Amino acid sequence: MTATTDYSLIPTKRATTPLRWFLSTGWRHIIGLFLILYAVFPILYILSTSMIGSADIQNTSALFSNVTFDNYWALLDFSGKTMLRVTADSSGAAGMVYSDNPFDLWYINTIIIGLTTSIGSVFLSALAAYAFSRLRFKGRRGGLLSLLLIQMYPSILGLVGIYTILSAVGRVFPVLGLDSSLGLIMVYMGGSLGTGTYLMYGFFNTVPQEIDEAAKLDGATHTQIYYGIIIPLVAPILAVNVLLSYIGTTSDFVLASIVLTKPQSQTLAVGLQAFISDPYSKNWSLFTAGAVLAAIPIMGLFLYLQKHIISGLTGGAVKG
Amino acid sequence: MAKKTTETPMTIPMSKEKQKSIKKLYSGGVPSLRGTIIKIIFLALIDAVAVSVAFVLLAQNQWIALVVLLAVLVIVNWLYLRPAGLPAKYLAPGVLFLLAFQVYVLFLSTTTAFTNYGSANNGDFNQALSSIVDGNNEPASNADPTSPTYNADFYDVQVVKNDSNGQYAFLMTQANTPLASPTDTPAPNVLVGGPSENLRQLQPTDFTLSNTPNDVTASMQFDAIAAKGYTLVKDPTKLSGAEQDKLSNFHILLDPNKRFGQFLMANDLQNAVPYNLTMVWDEKAQTLTRQSDGAVFKPSTDGFFHINGNLKKESISTGWQVNVGLKNFISIFTDPELLRPLGRVLTWTFVFAISSVLTTFVLGLAIALLFDYEKLRGKKLYRSFMILPYAFPGFLSAYVWRGLFNTDHGFINTTILGGLKITQHLPTGDIHMMIPWLEDANWAKLAVLLVNLWLGFPYMFLITTGALQAIPSELTESATIDGASPWQSFRLIKLPLLLVSLAPLLISSFAYNFNNFTLIYLLTTGGPTLPEEINAKYDAGGTDILITFVYKIAFSAGKGRDYGMASAFSILIFIVVGGISLISFRRTKALEEMN
Repeated sequence: MTATTDYSLIPTKRATTPLRWFLSTGWRHIIGLFLILYAVFPILYILSTSMIGSADIQNTSALFSNVTFDNYWALLDFSGKTMLRVTADSSGAAGMVYSDNPFDLWYINTIIIGLTTSIGSVFLSALAAYAFSRLRFKGRRGGLLSLLLIQMYPSILGLVGIYTILSAVGRVFPVLGLDSSLGLIMVYMGGSLGTGTYLMYGFFNTVPQEIDEAAKLDGATHTQIYYGIIIPLVAPILAVNVLLSYIGTTSDFVLASIVLTKPQSQTLAVGLQAFISDPYSKNWSLFTAGAVLAAIPIMGLFLYLQKHIISGLTGGAVKG
Repeated sequence: MAKKTTETPMTIPMSKEKQKSIKKLYSGGVPSLRGTIIKIIFLALIDAVAVSVAFVLLAQNQWIALVVLLAVLVIVNWLYLRPAGLPAKYLAPGVLFLLAFQVYVLFLSTTTAFTNYGSANNGDFNQALSSIVDGNNEPASNADPTSPTYNADFYDVQVVKNDSNGQYAFLMTQANTPLASPTDTPAPNVLVGGPSENLRQLQPTDFTLSNTPNDVTASMQFDAIAAKGYTLVKDPTKLSGAEQDKLSNFHILLDPNKRFGQFLMANDLQNAVPYNLTMVWDEKAQTLTRQSDGAVFKPSTDGFFHINGNLKKESISTGWQVNVGLKNFISIFTDPELLRPLGRVLTWTFVFAISSVLTTFVLGLAIALLFDYEKLRGKKLYRSFMILPYAFPGFLSAYVWRGLFNTDHGFINTTILGGLKITQHLPTGDIHMMIPWLEDANWAKLAVLLVNLWLGFPYMFLITTGALQAIPSELTESATIDGASPWQSFRLIKLPLLLVSLAPLLISSFAYNFNNFTLIYLLTTGGPTLPEEINAKYDAGGTDILITFVYKIAFSAGKGRDYGMASAFSILIFIVVGGISLISFRRTKALEEMN
């Protein structure tokens, strides 16, 4: 008799009453709505705070109570500096003061460093993944194994070494040393083989080998096969990898904070910290506006590519 | 037929032509003309850049770098010009970067761990000596001409530009040489010198004095305003900030041959004042003498100057880099100043990593089960909302939550908790206050875990959803028919299967959180500092995990940087993390799939 207690599992054609619907499905929606609230409230909060005039920042508790875009205009004036509003608080004097925090430069630096690094490192690791997936050579297994191990090496632990290298290189070639985007990009690219190759190796293996063998018999060279056949076939995966690498690179705080010390050369991850060293001061609403601007492109791409990203996440361990 | 040939090419007897095409199959084909041209253009570009770099290295006498560069250049050209060795052509670009910025970095970290390299010991002996001697000085005398202690070695300065090398220099007229007119004799003592040229005296024929006296109060003083081979800089304040700094801090040695001797400095770019050394270097005896009390410092084996070379006596805080052997490693295991915080930090690291995995996994699994219901509509919409915390850039999340948790103005205290006050019992009486989320160590720990729950549950939700869908529905159905309650079928069938398939991901999630630097450092910077630790040698706050603790040892601005110690820690952490990873890899299928 106990087997029949769970009615939902037995195919029936009984009419669904509201109560029955609530017991089987409805309560899931209610909890689901709460979960949505939990997931989005910090994001709603910064969206709301970014639209608050700085004078109201300390005593605004309701979301979206007054909406202004001043903070955004202050960040996006493209003067290489960021306007920092001095509110009429302790001194009583209100006015405009220019700070040394060039948000627009940070944004541009972030995009340049992020794009160059992500495209460059996907290019490098795709080349290596192709070799590991399609070619047979001595040391292939050992190579893959060492890449796996290196991937486990937290880059923070190499900071001292990276700092030493860049300061030494910078003495001879300042463009590659400390405080240069190019130097930081090179360092990031150094880590690309460790993080990207293994992931891509798995995807290259899913492309049937017969395709490139057929092309070979037709006289195609290995470069023609690689650029003409394999790369177009795995293009969506490459795009996802570029996105993930872009997110990883632009989110990096540690390396960037060690290498980039001047405000003009910093990225958002490092620079925005200057806005919040004193939370709820006049900078807090500026920071939230900056955060919204920084997050929008990434979140948009993430939602757009979510299907591919999820299959990439679970592809390794879960065949689902 | 053709298909079969490609699968087992070597076992089937074939014509010579076919054999040829098979050979082609494994050599990478005959290169096309276009491909060859592109390849040569690329190689030529790389060679051109490398050669120009080589000339710079040559000019700066960087011999080791030059040899390495040329060796790499030869290898790269050889790799891409020879027809064979296809795998190397694909691997070389990535491997080059890997060698330069990972393997070499690892090597540097390893060697640094055996030195005392840090903010106090960041150069060689001569750099330390220069820094000590140049840093310890005081103005020789009063520069006020009306004062009785007024010193005659005081110069009026004009900034000039050397016409031959374009570098700035000082044109200096000795003060206190009164003249009736600019043409009066003897002409004043006029010197020229600067960052790019040693101090020298100018002949009266080589300079011109100003027509208007400079100093009207004391005596008639006419300054040199022009000199042969130099152009006057009318307004030195218009020079770039860096150039001004360089000039105003420059030590003009009175005796160019005596590196550690008396010097002039023109701080305001108008007057040069003689400075006396308070630490005098004796080249012959290799000792430093402190002028104020006559104490003699000698270079010692620990990379510092100690009084009489005695390691137990006072030392100068600036030192040089020396090998210290295993000292850093021994300190990690014996120094009580390090052991005390280390025990606390290690415990919290494990608590943090394990609780993070557990809480995110439980919440993620619960949500996955909640939405794992066939008739539920809007699953895709729910999923899109659920992954928002995951899509939001991590560094921003940490910053945003730092604001949310602000005690006085944060959204959590003021709005979500509605200004809720807690009571704290202190010896001086009870205090009612809002929750000090980031200012109290225990609350901060809770805050860190709550934030990580928000950051991490979407990932767990995604992977458990995938794993749940992979469990054949027959299994749970047959369990239900056999009389299992939903809870039983979940606990006895679904959960074990989930854990098997998710174990590798949970392990890597643990490893990730073990080193979750971004969250801790950006949310709390490892703080708050515990009241009893304010004066501690090593800064370990209430939420510091191992990696943030090490980072602070290496890079914290306040307490001095100790790269050697941080590197020693790095090696130990790598051994632990690498060991755990190796063991867990052996247990997964990762290795088998490689063949």
